[in-house]
Amino acid sequence: MKIVAAFASGLLFGLGLAMSGMLDPARVLGFLDFAGAWDPSLAFVLGGAVVVSMAGTRVAGRMRRPALAESFDIPANRRIDVKLIGGSAMFGIGWGLAGFCPGPALAAVPLGIPTALIFVAAMLAGMWCFGIMNSGARTN
Amino acid sequence: MFAYWPSLVGGMLIGLSSATLLILNGRIAGISGIVGAMLRRWRSDTAWRAAFLVGLMLGPLVFAALVGHRPPMRIAASVPVLVLAGLLVGFGTRLGSGCTSGHGVSGLARLSPRSFAAVGTFMATAAATVFLVRHVLGGP
Repeated sequence: MKIVAAFASGLLFGLGLAMSGMLDPARVLGFLDFAGAWDPSLAFVLGGAVVVSMAGTRVAGRMRRPALAESFDIPANRRIDVKLIGGSAMFGIGWGLAGFCPGPALAAVPLGIPTALIFVAAMLAGMWCFGIMNSGARTN
Repeated sequence: MFAYWPSLVGGMLIGLSSATLLILNGRIAGISGIVGAMLRRWRSDTAWRAAFLVGLMLGPLVFAALVGHRPPMRIAASVPVLVLAGLLVGFGTRLGSGCTSGHGVSGLARLSPRSFAAVGTFMATAAATVFLVRHVLGGP
């Protein structure tokens, strides 16, 4: 059942991305271009997503455990450190260069656009590099 | 006529995806985390991550079947820029522990201070990058 729930969640995400127009890097860059012809659509996407997600968080907060799992697995770290800010800064530069963040890039894979696939391959390589460096740093 | 209905409704679907995964499976719907953890060796939770990604990739195809056309995707960046951007997005989201979905949709909804810092950082560097590319360097 957990697998089915994860599939349904992914499907909703992909549908939402396609409907919202966020698969289109030109629109994403239009939102990020505050000095140009600013396109506010991404603000509505994020706003709508956060409001519904917040309702979900409220419901989850009243539950002793998730409906299909033993416990909630939610980040407990509250430290704002160099890794968080440095990583987010790097991500933002890449996002601003291409107009792709991880969700839309992966959701676009079956559409088969070659330049989108090149971005996804590079993104996976970047994640893989981090995995290698991180596993080297943790020796226990 | 309010022009941003598809953005708002699409965003709400993304929020529903996040709420579903949290309430049912107790997990955060963060794309970079879901994918990044899969790039390591097979673990017990690889199955639900894969199921989520299959759903994510089917979403745009289901959308295209429903509305009769593929969602538009306009990619202006050159291949070398896409490779650089992909590497930055992949590495940066893992170093910063999240992207637009994990920090943006779920983290802001949980009022996580780390996520507010991350979102503020990547929005700022993304907007600065677009400004530099479009209004200083005269790029796409």
